[in-house]
Amino acid sequence: MAAPNKETLLDWYRQMVLIRRFEERCAELYQQGLIGGFLHLYIGQEATGVGAVAALREQDHVITAYRDHGIALARGLDVNALMAEMLGKATGVSGGKGGSMHLANRDLRFWGGYGIVGGHLPLAAGIALKAKYNEEDEVVLCLMGDGATNIGYFHESLNLSAVWELPVVWLVENNQYGMGTSVARASGATEIVQKAMAYCCGPDGRGMAVGPRLDGMDVIAMYDGISEAIEHARTKGPILVESLTYRLEGHSMGDPQRYRTKEEVEEFSAAGPIGRFRNHLIEKYKNIGSRLDSIDQEVLDEVEAAVEFAQNSPDPTFEDLTSHVYVD
Amino acid sequence: MPEVTLIEALRQAMDEELERDDRVFITGEDVGQRGGVFRATVGLFEKYGAERVIDSPLAELSIVAVGIGAALAGMRPICEIQFADYIFPAFNQIVNEAALVYYRTNGEYNVPMVIRAPYGGGIGGGLYHSQSVEAFFAHAPGLKIVIPSNPYDAKGLLKAAVRDPNPVMVFEPKKGYRLIRGEVPDHEYTVPIGLSEVTRKGDDLTVYAYGMMHYYTLQAAEMVAQQDGIQCEVVDIRTLVPLDKETVLNSFKKTGKALIVYEDNRFLGYGAELAAILSDEAFEYMDGPIRRLAGPDVPGVPFAHTMQDFFMPSPEKIAHAIRELAAY
Ligand SMILES: Cc1ncc(C[n+]2csc(CCOP(=O)(O)OP(=O)(O)O)c2C)c(N)n1
Ligand SMILES: [Mg+2]
Repeated sequence: MAAPNKETLLDWYRQMVLIRRFEERCAELYQQGLIGGFLHLYIGQEATGVGAVAALREQDHVITAYRDHGIALARGLDVNALMAEMLGKATGVSGGKGGSMHLANRDLRFWGGYGIVGGHLPLAAGIALKAKYNEEDEVVLCLMGDGATNIGYFHESLNLSAVWELPVVWLVENNQYGMGTSVARASGATEIVQKAMAYCCGPDGRGMAVGPRLDGMDVIAMYDGISEAIEHARTKGPILVESLTYRLEGHSMGDPQRYRTKEEVEEFSAAGPIGRFRNHLIEKYKNIGSRLDSIDQEVLDEVEAAVEFAQNSPDPTFEDLTSHVYVD
Repeated sequence: MPEVTLIEALRQAMDEELERDDRVFITGEDVGQRGGVFRATVGLFEKYGAERVIDSPLAELSIVAVGIGAALAGMRPICEIQFADYIFPAFNQIVNEAALVYYRTNGEYNVPMVIRAPYGGGIGGGLYHSQSVEAFFAHAPGLKIVIPSNPYDAKGLLKAAVRDPNPVMVFEPKKGYRLIRGEVPDHEYTVPIGLSEVTRKGDDLTVYAYGMMHYYTLQAAEMVAQQDGIQCEVVDIRTLVPLDKETVLNSFKKTGKALIVYEDNRFLGYGAELAAILSDEAFEYMDGPIRRLAGPDVPGVPFAHTMQDFFMPSPEKIAHAIRELAAY
């Protein structure tokens, strides 16, 4: 694992800012009634998504839950197509069918966002089974929320991946809440990596590895930790890793957030992943401030262009409603 | 009589049943502190405490199955599934346990429980927040199924469901939660399970509907009365299982024409069974084709609002179908 160079770090910074601006713009468009339905923002969790996805090699796979915009952007999904999907346009990632929660792109080996919590975990195991079956050097990164570790799918998937020694990195984004329920109120184990212990240590030390609890607000720590986890998955088998992060916005738009205090949110906001990384870069590299400023501006322009693209895109038609029910 | 919203009527029903019978408890995701995602249980946690309004982990199978166990042992659980779309992890528990226990034990054990779930489209929720699931469960004898279309029935049916010795599923039209208002008496009452209701008198044809579609049907009936002089009779099915055949058949015998409206996919939806019953048991009265207006046979309600509108029956579409049938 090579230490990331300056240009790589700047690219991570760009990705994190892109996610932040994209999400903020989505929130505005939602308030204006241009985005409908349910909107789950990734604000606060940018370092986790960007660091983890950066650790993937091109041949690796990534799959996540419904809070998926950040992962999609980090994996390189087209911003225009993404914004168009938010607005339910024919030019969107899935032509307006799937919406915000079900982004996917086969070329990028991004298997998507999934709306049913936990439902994608066994699918991740299936994708990993394909790699193992064909003796391909591919790893599946499967992200999920803390809440998802309480549903049966999680336990079945972990066990099965351990028994079959599948190349999966199970990454729990522990943002401390599943909707309005804190981890402590929903999970027997509050250090979620402990759940892997139930499936570890088979004969000859085989089985699920209990991975680290990473600082999910530090993109470099995430990159390092997930890089090691991928190496483990390639050579030894599945591993469960936890990222300690925080969702700075409500669960979805319009969440009254009475389950936490303003002070708590402000505390995490002050120590937010983007400001922290920016400070790190400024400390590490002299005179980088203007580079960062211009990245900020480029990203703003990019998001604005995406909004324009989306707004000028055509709506889906009745034919689109009835297309793709069966493969011909 | 005070006027309340549909969701407030449901809340009142649960409040009164918790008050009346201390075997009654509520469980589900965020039903406690947060008062439910739709706020159906708001205030109940404060009033009855965490022992009786129980926040569950994210685990639908267990939410239902714990309810089944508790019901077998003499409790009166009300289990909330946050959206009907998430009920499928519990499908096995519902159709293989709740529906079967009484039969299987030849009457030794019964399952007096309620499963509540918001269903239906029209809120921009997309593929996993819009589903109509009633037909899956209507196919399993042993379950009772009610779908209220107004606050009076919502309260009365939910209270009757809590007192019923059988498993009762209450599917609630979420689009109508705050949209549909109506009077609810101050005094104690229930609405018996197993009775449909003629909610509008007319001679030209009968429209059968339930839930949100019943609300739209009444609007459509007014439209065609004013614009075309067509007098529809409207039957609110209310209890899907066991079906009130008498009310259903009597109206058809009077008008000789039937339009059945439901928002689920058309193929093998609940309306298909109604059509079969009418043609089988009132054939001599038939004065035209038995028509269905339903959702198209696509796998889900897409996210884009344009496609959602194509999908959903509306008052205008119902009025159009009424005119066609009246002209037959
Ligand atoms: C099977 C299922 N049950 C319930 C829901 C509703 N729901 C959506 S997100 C969520 C909380 C998930 O929490 P977590 O896994 O921690 O993810 P986070 O929202 O924190 O990213 C719930 C209950 C769902 N989508 N699927
Ligand atoms: Mg969470």
